[in-house]
Order: sequence, then C-alpha cells, then structure tokens
Amino acid sequence: MSGKTLFEKIWQAHEVEAAEAGRPAVLYVDLHLIHEVTSPQAFDVLRARGMGLRQPGRTVATLDHSTPTTPADAEGRHTYADAATEAQVRQLQTNCAEFGVTIHGYDSPSRGIVHVMAPELGLTQPGMTIVCGDSHTSTHGAFGALAFGIGTTEVGHVFATQCLLQQKAKTMAIEVEGRLKPNVGAKDLILHIIGQLGVAGGTGHVVEYRGEAIRALSMEARMTVCNMSIEMGARAGLIAPDEQTFAWLKGRPNAPQGADWNQAVARWKQFTTDSDAQFDRVVTIDASAVEPSVTWGTDPGKVVAISGRLPEVADEGVRKALAYMKLEAGQAIHGVPVDVVFLGSCTNSRLPDLQEAAAVLRGLRVHPKVRMLVVPGSEAVKRDAEAIGLHEVFIAAGAEWREPGCSMCLGMNGDIAKPGELVVSTSNRNFEGRQGKGVRTVLASPATAAAAAVAGVIVDPRSFQEAAA
Amino acid sequence: MNPLTHITARATVLDIANIDTDQIIPARFLTTTTRIGLGKHAFNDWRYRADGSPDPNFVLNQGEAGDRVLLAGDNFGCGSSREHAPWALLDAGIRAVISTRIADIFRNNALKNGLLAIVVSPEQWASLHAQSGAAWVIDLRAETIQAGAVIVPFKIDAFARACLLEGVDELGYLLKRTDLIDRFEQGRAA
Repeated sequence: MSGKTLFEKIWQAHEVEAAEAGRPAVLYVDLHLIHEVTSPQAFDVLRARGMGLRQPGRTVATLDHSTPTTPADAEGRHTYADAATEAQVRQLQTNCAEFGVTIHGYDSPSRGIVHVMAPELGLTQPGMTIVCGDSHTSTHGAFGALAFGIGTTEVGHVFATQCLLQQKAKTMAIEVEGRLKPNVGAKDLILHIIGQLGVAGGTGHVVEYRGEAIRALSMEARMTVCNMSIEMGARAGLIAPDEQTFAWLKGRPNAPQGADWNQAVARWKQFTTDSDAQFDRVVTIDASAVEPSVTWGTDPGKVVAISGRLPEVADEGVRKALAYMKLEAGQAIHGVPVDVVFLGSCTNSRLPDLQEAAAVLRGLRVHPKVRMLVVPGSEAVKRDAEAIGLHEVFIAAGAEWREPGCSMCLGMNGDIAKPGELVVSTSNRNFEGRQGKGVRTVLASPATAAAAAVAGVIVDPRSFQEAAA
Repeated sequence: MNPLTHITARATVLDIANIDTDQIIPARFLTTTTRIGLGKHAFNDWRYRADGSPDPNFVLNQGEAGDRVLLAGDNFGCGSSREHAPWALLDAGIRAVISTRIADIFRNNALKNGLLAIVVSPEQWASLHAQSGAAWVIDLRAETIQAGAVIVPFKIDAFARACLLEGVDELGYLLKRTDLIDRFEQGRAA
C-alpha cells in the first residue's frame, strides 16, 4: 500500500463521516475565522433557527475588510467610507457579543487582516482544518494546515455544527527545484507559478508546495506563496511543517505551552507526505529561472518578467486585457508609468514585506507623481515596524503610513484609486475594477512596488536592492 | 428550500473567459448585511455606463426581461469566495450558469442557493452556443439541457442534485449527524 500525502493525513484525521456514493464527507473544522463581510447572513440563520454556535471557542473574529485605515479621532471615533461599512462593522461586534464569539476589534492589540493576525496569535497550527468566508484562507496552509475559503451558507454550517459537507479534492504537488536567485522572492515565485499554470490550473486540487526552494523560504514567505493558491483555482495550498514552522509558533499566545509543546511538536511532525505517496498531478518548477515578475493583465495568470515583453494578441482574452490595461501587445513592461503604489494585503503586509520595501526606499523619495500607501497587516506588524523605525523610512520617503486592514486590496473601506490610474500593488488580484472602477492593477513584490514608487515607472528592483546592500 | 426540477429560460451568451466574482458583484456592494437586493448590481461595471444608465451593448441589457440561463466563457466564477455572487445572479433572474469550467467555491456557493452551475465540454458548449436564440429547458432530474433541437447531457454533484430535487436543506442534513459529531469530539478529547 502506498503512503499518504499531507492532505490525506489531515483529511482523515477530521473525517466525522466518510464520503459514500452520492454523499459527501462530513469534515470537522478546528478553527473558524470570521470577519464583517461574509458572516452577518450566517448569524441570521442561527437566529432564525433559535440556535447558538456549537463550539463558540473554535470561532475567532476580527475586523479588517471594511475598516478605515485612517486613525481614530481623540474620542476613538472612526471615519468610515459610508454608513453601510460602519453598520457592517457594528453588526459583527453585536453578533459576537450576542453569540459569545471572541472578537479582535479596535480595542484589541491583535486586530488585523484575518490571515495575518491568526498565525501571529498561534491560532493557526499544523495538521488543523481551518476555514473562513474568504478565499485567501489558503494562506494558513503555510503551517501545514488544511485551510480553505467557504461561502456564507457554509459559515452558518460551521457555526451550527462545527462541520462542513465536503467532496475530497484531488492532490497536486508543485516541486520547486533548486534555489531562487538573490533578490528574487516568494511573490515573484508564486506569480511565476500562476503564470505557468494559469488561473484555472489548480481547480479541483489541493496543492502541496515542495522542494528545496520552498524549504528555504521564511514562514512569512511561505504564507505569501500559499495565499495565492486560490489565484490558480486551487482549493488550498499546503507546505509541510518543519523546524522553522515550530520555531515560529513557539511561545505565541495560543500555541501549546510547557510539556504540551513537546507533545504537539511530536504530533505535528507526522504531518508530512510519505515518501511513497502518490499525487494526482505533479508539476516541476525551476526556481533558478524565476525573475522579478509582475502581472500585466486582468487576471493573476497574466504574468511577465520585468525584463520581458507583453505577449502578442493570441486570443480575445489577451486583447481585452490589453485594452483594459491600456498596454500594447509586445511592449516592454519596464518603464510603464505608475500612479499609485499599495504595499499591504494578506499577501504582503507582514514585517519582512515591509522591511523588503523599506530597504529599497531608505534615504530615497517617492516620485512626485506617485501616491504610496503602506498598510501593515495587523496591529502587531504596525508595532513591530514602528519599534525598528520602518514607519519613519516610509514617511520620510513621502508614503502614507496607515492603520491595519485589507485597504486597497479590494477597496471596500474607501481606499481606492481613481479611474484609469495604474496601481502597482503587493496584493493578490488584478481583476478589472478591483481597486476602484476603471483602475488598472499590476501585482508585484514589496521590493518591486517600492522601486516603482521611487522611479515612477515599473522597474526591476534589483538595481535599488544592490545599491542599498 | 423549494424543490428544483426544471428551469425554462432564455439563453444569454457571455463569451468571456475567467469571469471573476469581482465582475459578478464588485466589492463595494458587499457592505450589505442581508442577502437580498443585490441583483441590480450584478455585473455592475459592465452593465452600466459612467452616467449610471444601462449600457445597451451589454448582453444582459438586451432582450426582454425574464429568467435567463448564462452560457459563459471558461473558468466562470474565479476569485473571491463571496456568496454575494450567486445571490446577485439569482436576484437578477439568472437561474443557471453553464461553462466549460466553473471555479470550485463559486460552484459550491451557487448550488447551495439553487443556482445551477453546469460544466459542459467545449464541444457541448459550442453546440449550445449555436442554439442561443432558442428557449432552453434544463431538466435536473434527467440531467439534460434541451436547447432548441439539441439535447446536451450533463452531470452535477449527486448530493447537491438530490438536495435541490427534494428541497433538502443541507444544514438540516448536518444537524441530523449531531450524534456522529458528538462522538468525534469525544474521541478526540479522550
């Protein structure tokens, strides 16, 4: 009998009822994360049925999507984009109070983007099942947890039963062989992978990222990679836990303590793919071939190396994307003028992301035609960044240093660009209108975003990085 | 939920690949705390001109009002997990989406709300496309799409199909497994 993949091990450990013909499995959920946008209708389902949460201690809430990134006034009042976003935030506060759910609101030192704050608190642990009404829940796979986005109906299912009805996904291994070149990072790697596989390349699959280049990534970099699994359609992304994972988690508030810690680590170590396990599909990526990369189109699969040129018009999709982006077939991406730079989002708003950008910006000024927003992923990231003076680097360069939240990644809180503007963004989606109606988004790494802010055009960040080193 | 056995609706072709959920319902309309009233914002940025008037060039603004089946390009519904996407489509009178690939989370969300999400082969898609002027009947029990002279068979998830045909509420189904869930939790605590 062949061995099991990491995915199969986690799946089996959470099967309340196995699937049978015509009937999905019932899968137990260890950790349920919620935010203000995709939960209110699920609380209403509980109310309509006169029910409470089955396991309120397994649900944790934060405020992130609709929250302003400008500071509160002297009385602690926040200025919202509109009445609806404020009502949505208040509704989550009310719902959590009524149903006994822990919420990290404005008064919490741990509030942040749900996929940034939960790992920081040690809530995310290897071998867990983690869900959230948010497609970027795949982020938590960086710790060897099976983590995926669900809809609001399913949020209600988890509230009421702590379980989900699930069909088992297929498995895909992405073997990243060799090492990334200096100053080529996790964002470049995942953009490169999505560019190779396409935006539907992972549909129906849980992806496990493997290989030397993955093992060499920091935990924050692994989160960046797993975060964007959904952008190739994958159900989830996974990286097997290792000593680095354990070291990162040790001592965090919700991590096991004392004697429990050693037991937990021993248990977590089983969550790796057996050497004789079979994947449904295996893809090999040469890490040394990855260049600093950005997107040029209106989906995350339209990727180009910064040194490269845009494709010729091969189909209607390319034609439409070029037209929206106001770019020409075959042109260089290098030198394209930039209006706004956004450093933030659940993809790239952690301390090492801010450090990577600050290293480029230190002692330089943001181009006078460019507006740059820096939005740390959590209160903890903000504190840590300020403790080492990163905010001063950004402010001295002329960037705006903001309060934590999802911000311009999807613009729900009013942080949007103007129609026609081009945003170089460290976020995860470059869909039409994602950052404001008519706004053009170019996805990039923190270093590339910072270099674009200084140069006022898209540029290979390595010249800045080498000069700073 | 009411049982769903048949859909009779006019076909509307949206032959664009990778239609993401931000196009189906832009994020700025997700500030609601209810499920209702999102239909007017379905495909908002493709459907309305800058002055807010309907764009006559957009297919959903053409033809008579009434229920529709959307024959969409490859990889429909990619992106965000927002269930507001199927809510908006249903509220806009779209009863089914047919594509050569449909993103996992969208498909799941759609079926839980009675929006049929049907995957067909590229050849079947082409034969349906040729019949887009006709009225279509989707028979969920028989798993067929009758489009004019063409009949296309399809398969959707057997459990979702059974729930739709019988009007079974999935939460009710899960709640009936409370004993199993109790036992699972006790087994782990031991």
